[in-house]
Amino acid sequence: MTIKILATPRLERCIGCYSCSLACARLVHRRLSWETAGIRIFTSGGLSTGFEARVCLACDPPPCAGACPTGAFAPRRGGGVVVRRRLCIRCGECARACPVDAIFLDPRGEPFVCLHCGRCVPFCPHDCLAMVEVAAAGEEAP
Amino acid sequence: MIRDTFRVLWVDLARGKGRVEEISGPNEVLGGSGLAARLFEDYGRPELPWDHPEQPLIFAIGPLTGYFPLMSKTVAGFLSPYHGQYAESHAGGRSALALRFADLDALVVSGRAPRPSVLGVGSRHLEVREAHYLWGRDVLAVGKYLRRMYSGAGHRSILRIGPAGEQGSAYACINVDTYRHFGRLGAGAVMGAKHLKAIVIQGDATFPLPGDKAYAALFERLFRLLTDTPMMRKYHDLGTPANIKVLNDLRALPWRNLRATHDPAADRISGERFAEATLLRNTACAGCPVGCIHLGFVREKFRAENRYFFRQIGYDHEPIYAMGSMLGVTDAFQVLRLIEATDRMGLDVMSAGVALAWATEAWERGLLSENDTLLPLRFGDVPALEQALQHLARGSTDFYRLLAQGTAKAAAVYGGGEFACVLGQEMAGYATGEVFFVSQALGFRHSHLDTAGYAYDQKVKQASVEDALDYLLTEERQRVVLTSLVACLFAREVYRPEVVAECLEVLGYREPATRLPALGEEIRRRRWRLKLATGYDPERVEIPRRFSEVENWKGRVDASFMNALKAAYAQAIRELGRPPQ
Repeated sequence: MTIKILATPRLERCIGCYSCSLACARLVHRRLSWETAGIRIFTSGGLSTGFEARVCLACDPPPCAGACPTGAFAPRRGGGVVVRRRLCIRCGECARACPVDAIFLDPRGEPFVCLHCGRCVPFCPHDCLAMVEVAAAGEEAP
Repeated sequence: MIRDTFRVLWVDLARGKGRVEEISGPNEVLGGSGLAARLFEDYGRPELPWDHPEQPLIFAIGPLTGYFPLMSKTVAGFLSPYHGQYAESHAGGRSALALRFADLDALVVSGRAPRPSVLGVGSRHLEVREAHYLWGRDVLAVGKYLRRMYSGAGHRSILRIGPAGEQGSAYACINVDTYRHFGRLGAGAVMGAKHLKAIVIQGDATFPLPGDKAYAALFERLFRLLTDTPMMRKYHDLGTPANIKVLNDLRALPWRNLRATHDPAADRISGERFAEATLLRNTACAGCPVGCIHLGFVREKFRAENRYFFRQIGYDHEPIYAMGSMLGVTDAFQVLRLIEATDRMGLDVMSAGVALAWATEAWERGLLSENDTLLPLRFGDVPALEQALQHLARGSTDFYRLLAQGTAKAAAVYGGGEFACVLGQEMAGYATGEVFFVSQALGFRHSHLDTAGYAYDQKVKQASVEDALDYLLTEERQRVVLTSLVACLFAREVYRPEVVAECLEVLGYREPATRLPALGEEIRRRRWRLKLATGYDPERVEIPRRFSEVENWKGRVDASFMNALKAAYAQAIRELGRPPQ
C-alpha cells in the first residue's frame, strides 16, 4: 500500500476560513478549537500578507519522536509520527524538538500534531490541501 | 462553550479591572442581538448621554458561534452618538470566533480610561494597557503596531478606531481585522469617548464537543450546502458589487447625491469591472468557507523613475456606491483610493460618502463657502474629496465638525435638508423605492439589512400598505433570530427556522429550539422597547424630498403610498415597543 502524507500544495489560495483546523479539532480530537488541531492557520503579519499553515512536514526520522522520553511519539512509516496519548507525560519535549513549530501544546501541556489522516482535506473550499505520496511531497509549494 | 448560562466579562476601564458574570443563557434571549439588549437593560443608563463613562459598549456572540459554518458575526450594542438611542452594529472578521475561544459570550466595556489605552482579553487574561502613543494614528498604522505589541497572530481579533472615533464623529466605525467593520451608528466614537483605542481579543480556549456523531454529520451537511451548491455563488464570485450593474440597469443606483438613478459609467465601477481590473484575492471571516471579502489593489507611482507602492483595499457594493456613484467617481481604482482614505480615518464609508455627496451639492448650490469646506467640492474630483474626508474625520472646521454629527444636522444649519439623503442615517445604496426608503428610515438599525425592503420593492408588482408592512414585520422577526445566533445574513437561505432548530437541538439547547418564533418576537420587542426608551420617536422620522423625486424602473416614487406605509410602520413599532403588561 502506498503511504500518503498531508501536504499544502496550493496554500496561496487560502482565504483564512479555518475550516481545516476546525475540522481536525472536531473530527479527530472531538473539540471545538482552532488550536488543538494538527493543522493551524496563521497570518504572516496581518491579513494583508496572506496565510500560512503550520503542519507536520512528515520528517523521516522525526526529531519529535527522538525527543519523546516515553514513546508517546513514535516514528510513522513514511514519515511523521504515531501518537499514543496514554503514554504522554506532557513534558513538551516534542514541541521543542519540532523545527517548524508544528506541534501545539495546550495549556495543560498536551501535544497536538498532524496524524496525516487527511480528514481536513475535504473541508478546504479552495483545494489548498492534498494527501500526496511520500515521494511527491517535496514538490509542494511553500 | 455549550452551557445553559452566558459567561460575560465586564470591564471597568477607569480601574483597569473586570469581573466575570454568569447570567441566564440562550433559553431567555438566545444570544447576539437578544443578549446585547438584555445586557444593555442591565448596564445601560438611558437617562445619561451616549458619551457618559458609565454607558456600556457591548459585544455579544450567540449559542451557534463557531459551532457551524457562517456563524461568524458579532453584535455590538451601545447608545449611539448619531441619535442618542440604543443601537446595534454587526461585524465579522475574526471577532466572533475570537470571543468564542476567549470563552466570552459577551464583553461589556464600561468606564473611561484615564489615558488612551488598549484592552487585551483572552480566556486566561485581562489587561488594560496605557497606549497614548497610538492616539491620533490611523487605523492601518495602529494595526501594525498592535500586531507587534500582542502575541497570538492568526488566533486573535484586533478591533480599533481611527481619528474619527477619537474626535467623536457620530459615524465613526470600529475597524475589525483590517477588512471588516462595526460600521454604522458611531460605535467608534463610543470607544473614543472611553479613551479606548483598541481591543485585542485572544481566542485561546478549547471546548469539548457532543460525543455522538449527529453534530459532526449536521456540520458536514450544512458545510456542503454552503460550498458545493450554487446557493452562495453570488457572494464569492463577483461578491456584493454584482449589485452595481443590476441596480443601475434597474435605474435604482443612487448617483451624485441621488439626482439620478442610472448612468452609463456604471460599467466602469461595476462588480465585473472590479473583478477584472482590481481584484487581488479573497479572504474570509473566521468560520466561513464562502470567503466573500474581495480585496482590490491600488498601485501608485511615487517617482518618475518607475517607483511604485501598492495597497490592498476591501471592496463591497456599499463602499463602491458611497465612494463611487454617489460622489460621481467613475474609475474603479479611484473608488478604491477613496475607500482606503475612509478606512484609514475610521469613518463609516456609507455615511461619509453620503455626507460628502450632500456637501458637494450644497457647495454647487452656494450654500457652503470655502471657509466651511477649505476647498471647492465637485462630483468626481477625487483629490479634493480625499482631502475632504480627512477634514471630516479630524473635524478641521465648524462645518466639518457638524457634518461629522450627521448630514441632517449640518443641513439644519446650512440649509439643503430637502436633498440630504438621510433615512434614519445616511442612506444605503438602493434607490429601489418606497418600501426600502421607509424600511431604512424607520427600521431598528436604520440598515438595509433590518428587513430587506429593497427586495420587496424588486419582487412585488402590486404593493399594498398592508402587504408591505406584513413583509417588513415578518422579515424583522426572522432576521432577529439569525442575528442572535449569530449568523451571517448571507446564509439566511441555509439557516431556515427548521435548520436553526436542528442546530440548537444537536448542541443540547432543546428549549430555545422548540420556541424560535416566540423567542424572535420577544427579542425584537425587547430591542424596540430600548430604542423607544432612549428617545426614538418613529412618528417624527422625516423622509427628505429628494426621495419623493426618485425615478426608477417603476416610474416616479409614489409619495402617498410611502407616507401611508411610514405611518403604518410607525404605529406597528409603537405597538412592538409597548412595555409588557
